[in-house]
Amino acid sequence: MLGKLTWAAIPFDQPIPLVTGAIVLVAILAVLAWVIIAGHLPYLWREWITSVDHKRIGVMYTLLASVMLLRGFSDAIMMRAQQAVAFHSQGYLPPEHYNQIFSAHGTIMIFFVAMPFVIGLMNLVVPLQLGVRDVAFPTLNSVGFWLTATGALLVNISLVVGEFARTGWLPYPPLSELTYSPGVGVDYYLWSLEISGVGTLVAGINLVTTVLKLRTKGMSYLRMPMFCWTTLASNLLIIAAFPILTATLAMLILDRYFGFHFFTNEAGGNVMMFMNLIWAWGHPEVYILVLPAFGIFSEVVSTFSGKPLFGYRSMVLATMAICIISFMVWLHHFFTMGAGPNVNAIFGIASMIIAVPTGVKIYNWLFTMYGGRIRFATPMMWSIGFMVTFILGGLTGVLVAVPPADFLLHNSMFLIAHFHNVIIGGVLFGAFAGYTYWFPKAFGFRLHEGWGKAAFWLWLVGFYVAFMPLYAVGFLGMTRRMQHYDVSEWRPWLLVAGVGAIIILAGIICQIVQLATSIRHREELRDVTGDPWDGRSLEWATASPPPVFNFAVMPDVEGEDAYWSIKLRAREQGLSREPDYKDIEMPRNSPTGFVCAFFATIMGFALIWHIWWMVVLGGIGAFATFVVFAWRDHDEYVIPAAEVARIDRLNREARRASLAGSAP
Amino acid sequence: MNILDPQGPVAAADKAILIDSIAIMLAIVVPTIVAIFAFAFWFRQSNPRARYLPDFAHSGRIELVVWSIPALTIILLGGVAWIGAHQLDPAAPVAGTGSPVRIQVVSLDWKWLFIYPEQRVATVNSLTVPVGAPLQFELTSGSVMNVFFIPQLGSMIYTMNGMVTHLNLRADQEGHTQGLSAHFSGDGFPEMLFDVHVVSPLAFPNWVGETAKSGNVLNADTYKQLSQQSVETGRPTYRLDDPRLFSEIATQHIPPGPGPQIADNPAKPKPESGAASVR
Amino acid sequence: MTDAALYRQGDPRLLGGRPHEGPASKRITTGYGFWIFLLSDIVMFSCFFAAYAVLLGQTADGPKGAELFDLKSVAAETALLLLSSFTCGLAMIAADVRNALWYQIGMAVTCLLGLGFLALEFREFAELVSRGAGPTRSAFLSAFFTLVGCHGAHVSAGILWLLTMMAQVFAKGFRADIMRRLLCFALFWHALDIIWVAIFSVVYLLGSAA
Repeated sequence: MLGKLTWAAIPFDQPIPLVTGAIVLVAILAVLAWVIIAGHLPYLWREWITSVDHKRIGVMYTLLASVMLLRGFSDAIMMRAQQAVAFHSQGYLPPEHYNQIFSAHGTIMIFFVAMPFVIGLMNLVVPLQLGVRDVAFPTLNSVGFWLTATGALLVNISLVVGEFARTGWLPYPPLSELTYSPGVGVDYYLWSLEISGVGTLVAGINLVTTVLKLRTKGMSYLRMPMFCWTTLASNLLIIAAFPILTATLAMLILDRYFGFHFFTNEAGGNVMMFMNLIWAWGHPEVYILVLPAFGIFSEVVSTFSGKPLFGYRSMVLATMAICIISFMVWLHHFFTMGAGPNVNAIFGIASMIIAVPTGVKIYNWLFTMYGGRIRFATPMMWSIGFMVTFILGGLTGVLVAVPPADFLLHNSMFLIAHFHNVIIGGVLFGAFAGYTYWFPKAFGFRLHEGWGKAAFWLWLVGFYVAFMPLYAVGFLGMTRRMQHYDVSEWRPWLLVAGVGAIIILAGIICQIVQLATSIRHREELRDVTGDPWDGRSLEWATASPPPVFNFAVMPDVEGEDAYWSIKLRAREQGLSREPDYKDIEMPRNSPTGFVCAFFATIMGFALIWHIWWMVVLGGIGAFATFVVFAWRDHDEYVIPAAEVARIDRLNREARRASLAGSAP
Repeated sequence: MNILDPQGPVAAADKAILIDSIAIMLAIVVPTIVAIFAFAFWFRQSNPRARYLPDFAHSGRIELVVWSIPALTIILLGGVAWIGAHQLDPAAPVAGTGSPVRIQVVSLDWKWLFIYPEQRVATVNSLTVPVGAPLQFELTSGSVMNVFFIPQLGSMIYTMNGMVTHLNLRADQEGHTQGLSAHFSGDGFPEMLFDVHVVSPLAFPNWVGETAKSGNVLNADTYKQLSQQSVETGRPTYRLDDPRLFSEIATQHIPPGPGPQIADNPAKPKPESGAASVR
Repeated sequence: MTDAALYRQGDPRLLGGRPHEGPASKRITTGYGFWIFLLSDIVMFSCFFAAYAVLLGQTADGPKGAELFDLKSVAAETALLLLSSFTCGLAMIAADVRNALWYQIGMAVTCLLGLGFLALEFREFAELVSRGAGPTRSAFLSAFFTLVGCHGAHVSAGILWLLTMMAQVFAKGFRADIMRRLLCFALFWHALDIIWVAIFSVVYLLGSAA
């Protein structure tokens, strides 16, 4: 009746997941109770859950990423603690737990922290920077977010119902085949990613179409902000790469569920094919993550240096070059699989070639700072921290791109240090910079600077203390994913790394305090004008937060740094004439995304536990949701011109006041 | 297991390339990082002496330099990669003194089986080799993927069921070192360390002779026991009955290991816990 | 210099020299987005084609393609599918001129032809399984069933979509948003044809020649 699901699936005899699960469940129920009792549910449903507004969806993506960062980081601290104590000892985490923890850590960080963070920021900002009212497909945007949330939910359910995969964040066969992983763990992984993969693909289609087809008048391609170019490149990669992940995981699902032989040891399965396919997705994936971060840095460095971005066309060329080359390097993830020297060398050289446009970007940021008047607000601190840290990570990356060096360093702690170096130093620092930079735009008040700077320093120092020792221990021969070890030379380094994790924890706590303090003191931190940083692109032309329609009248763009020329002219000549307000049609909210995700969760859970009747019901429900959506007669609503005028006049008033107050 | 302390030519060459590549890149990276700090400090808003150049957003000359620096570095490193990849191809034979020793390696859950087909002996988790002789490894897996790695002797290589990979090494100093698996393979993975004893060319045949007197025999049946999921704490040695055993394993005539047994498996080091029984 | 003058001159910063007019219409945007989805689907199919190519020889001492493929059935399936694309085109023309009757007839015939394709394919699969040449027999057969089956699954989803579009037009007429969805449906149906051409060339024709 319930497939493989029995009471034994709940870890009554394992205190750590049991207690954690209980605490989280209580916390969720408490929050839910508070929301309902305080009467916030209608507001939440109307304004957030069923919202198809890109700004709301962007915030929800970022919120999901932040919450999952806490879960992923908890896994990290547990791993560092285990490796600090598990010398000539089993430590406090037996292998079957430790192996789930490192698998969950990687899966969550890549798919449910990094991806939603960058997709959230792109969603929030890109339509504003392009001077338009929303993304190309607003309801689809909501579907994409909620499907991603479904994936995150399923991974977290595995903590308390059943188990998670014990294969690492990429389920290499034959270990991930049914023979060697007979439990439900790998199935949780597979369905969670297949479902959220649909969500990601949908976001990719949406953002590519938005950038290519929806730009305000006058904004030709070479006048788009750099963040929009990197959004384009990243989402083109999503469209080209995520189907590969979908197909490959589907093949593994067929092996596990129906006894197919894509990757099994017997009947002709080919494990090398899995490696090739999964990394053909996997390498573009890391560029999907880092390209938006590069875009954020372009925006931040230029704004806080008070200058346009140096070498804009060069940056565009470099971005698109990275986009294309990232598809040609995948074999460097398995130089040691024995492909032969010609193949290894070619892929090694291709991997190094990607360092060229990346290096160009770093120099262009450097020369953006040159001749600037640099303000060291928190986003700029993250940017400078990124530049130094990412260069070092890139160095170690080019190092392991040399096949003979990789023959000593593949899968070692050196590799772990390298990719954390570029992902934390690149993607995460970029996400934090973007979060701080665009927070006032999203919410109408800035984040507290003092706590922000404290968080930055703790993260920066903590990162180096946590990961530089891992480079060292990699040189000492240590490989990754070791639940315990007996080599005494490794121990001191792992202890220092543990301290680094605690420093990072302090940084995270500062970020939580920062948010709480900022909310409490939001009136003092209020962003009245909509342009708290003296920005250069169109999002700073709107109020903070922008009205649902973004721009009362879509702007007419005359050059790069579209808002800068508008602002300069306004400073010299005063605000332009009041525009001719018209009625605005906006897409109606829809529960489609949420309901679809609800059925997707049911289907995913049922597929994992082999509850076939529930799968069918879930599928029918999902299909019905789409039909109901297709049947609605009113998909838009009108905001009358008078209302548009009223809202816009408030913004114009605030800007007039700030112009008068800050005569140059 | 320090890769910066190589005990053989392959490891030494790998290390040389490693150090050289780092040096080449540091030559570019260090000045760049210094420039980042220098520009950030000099052009801070509070510095009245810094010139504000609000329109400085393009310079063909600077572009030429910033594209050239990484490009030239990469061309240099690309050359290193091409030459190094060819010279250090794991399948390329390594010269040495004395006759080459063929060692057939089978990675199992969770131990290493070393078969010496010409010497008709086999060992688990312990590799004994003569110093200075070319070591010709043929590798396969009895179950899941693993990676055979002796950090101080050089390059690592994957082991996969149904396939044979090749590795050539040489040990140039007598003594002891260790090897491990560098690819996660399941619950017993951390136990897959093995000892490497490098002995003199005279001591090696003595060791072979001693080992051949072992009471244990390695054939298809005893191999089947080895391929059950278990951790090996000792260092058992075997007489090799059938020199074609490796080829039987590599061509899957002997099927791969059976994986975890849901029912009680006395070989597992820990008892099954509650949630595990749903597997 | 005013912007208008720059435009007349052909501003070198504008790709193509013409000013950007503003956001594209809903119909263009929808069609464009759907094309991009189709491209992503083609990437997914490419993976299955790649797996098929890699596993072509892995028959595990079992049957090879040439022993299994019934080219007459494949020819019939091809005819049915290609014809269904034609009738789908007719249905779209009827929609363009707002002729509900011929639209419904065109879609219904397309549906029947599609169902006929699926019936033949199902029969082929069932027969292979009964002969012991099912997808669990060997890696080659796993790849074959997955590639061809994935296409069949897309056709099945397409038929569900087709029936929904018939119901939509019946209930609400040729409204603008329904016309946009029809555009997407037609693109999807024709794309399935293209994939099928690739399948029967690579899998059946090349496989039978081996």
